[in-house]
Amino acid sequence: MKSEPLIRWDWVTRNWDNGSPSAISTLLESHMLMAFLPVLLGLLVALPLGLACVRWPRLYQPTAGLVNVTYALPSLVLFSIFLSLTGLTPATVIVPLTFFTLAVLIPAVVDGLASVPDHVRQSATAMGFRPLRRLLQVELPVAVPVVLAGTRVATVSSISLVSVGALIGQGGLGNLFIDGWQRQFYTPIIVGIVLIVVLAVLADGLLVLAQRLLTPWSRARRDAR
Amino acid sequence: MIIFDGVTKRYQDGTVAVDDLSIEVPGGAITVLVGPSGCGKTTSLRMINRMVDASSGRILLDGRDIRDADPATLRRGIGYVIQHAGLFPHRRIVDNVATVPYLLGWNKKRARARAMELIELVGLDPKLATRYPFQLSGGQQQRVGVARALAADPPVLLMDEPFSAVDPVVRTGLQDELLRLQTELRKTIVFVTHDIDEAIKLGDTVAVLRTGGRLAQMAGPATLLSEPVDAFVRGFLGRDRGIRRLSFISAKDVRLAPVPADLALDDENRPLGTHADGRALPYGTFDPETDSMRVALDAALLSPDGTAVAVDGDGRVLGVATREALDAVLRKYAGGQTGDGTPI
Repeated sequence: MKSEPLIRWDWVTRNWDNGSPSAISTLLESHMLMAFLPVLLGLLVALPLGLACVRWPRLYQPTAGLVNVTYALPSLVLFSIFLSLTGLTPATVIVPLTFFTLAVLIPAVVDGLASVPDHVRQSATAMGFRPLRRLLQVELPVAVPVVLAGTRVATVSSISLVSVGALIGQGGLGNLFIDGWQRQFYTPIIVGIVLIVVLAVLADGLLVLAQRLLTPWSRARRDAR
Repeated sequence: MIIFDGVTKRYQDGTVAVDDLSIEVPGGAITVLVGPSGCGKTTSLRMINRMVDASSGRILLDGRDIRDADPATLRRGIGYVIQHAGLFPHRRIVDNVATVPYLLGWNKKRARARAMELIELVGLDPKLATRYPFQLSGGQQQRVGVARALAADPPVLLMDEPFSAVDPVVRTGLQDELLRLQTELRKTIVFVTHDIDEAIKLGDTVAVLRTGGRLAQMAGPATLLSEPVDAFVRGFLGRDRGIRRLSFISAKDVRLAPVPADLALDDENRPLGTHADGRALPYGTFDPETDSMRVALDAALLSPDGTAVAVDGDGRVLGVATREALDAVLRKYAGGQTGDGTPI
């Protein structure tokens, strides 16, 4: 019996961009879409919800409870539920993952705004900021480091969770796992793992870079310690 | 001028923070509100810029009821400095100082030019302008806080325990700086502190508030020290009230005796003392033109023979003040009485 190598490079080059829907590059693209769109949508939803939770603190516990319960549900269950609503489309993965990101992003927005020192908020008011301008020019900018830290967690977890969607045929690079598993053929599995890890590391690195550019005052604070 | 006319602040739970306060804060002078925790001093201060609204009574700023003003507009015309400076961590020092000019719609160039003037005015190195607040020491941050409050040249400045979070040496420097600025700027300053020594040092007028938000006494610092109205004020002023009063008595009336032979002088008539341990001024000195009796007496107590050496502004010896000469001045001020008839 001929021993199978761990990775067969000829398979990788043949399948990288062969024009079929299961080409690696196509899967990579759909993986990125299904991983990043939920984070973006999550931020768009978490920002107003987080602000509302800060404005009316009674909202926070129920909201946090609800998104946490959602987070506790196995992703596969959520995918199955949405399968009946959105069918075999990327939306079936994107919508549940958006809910998952909320579990991290809403607390990040709330904690971020809570991280604004009281004397900073007070002095802004005393200088003559009206509430909206104070929010936009003082509170939100000061909250950015905490919100970005949450965004990093949400992004990496989203990149990893997309693969589960493979079980309903919408898993991006996760589809490679199913393929390799069914054929007892390691190459796609290894390609999938490596690409997902590289994607996660790159995305995280970009967010760190964004944080350094957006909040030099916070980077310098860290360096000074 | 700021007038509190029967101002009361009562919270929903029934707590009364300020109780029927009626005071006049004179324009162009420093008025200090001082008292123990819970005396309503900060609440009173915050009612002036409507951070807190009074439950009853009126506050008039230059004759106009502040309730008729839009809060944000009102605040842009009133400088405000707080304990931890409250600088915006995400803005460079220059932009922190330019905050109110920006709010008033000045263009960036003009606002920053103004901010640079202020940064120098409060004694900060202009090189700090491009730094972020966390890169500055507590004392420097507090100076930025003062510069920011002054940026749009408001006639009124509210200061809420601005110097209590810095160490004593820095605090003294900041207090001296404020007094120096005030001789130039002549702002109407309301200053809140729990530190009676700070109140006495800075205040042209000191209002002592008691717990429950009632005014106990309002007077100049010297009068407060010599004539406290009751046991509360006396207790709050502390133990060495008599000694501290000496700060307000000039030493210029002290009769000076000729320089004794055993006091060694250098070529320029500056006292050297007799000791050879390298200390420049083993004798305590005072300048009769600018110093108080407290400094003169302190100089006498520090000198080996109990006489204080009087020097001029350049440190040249004018003569010495003997204990008898000092005592002659002190005798004129002794024997004060408190307002409720008990001796000091």
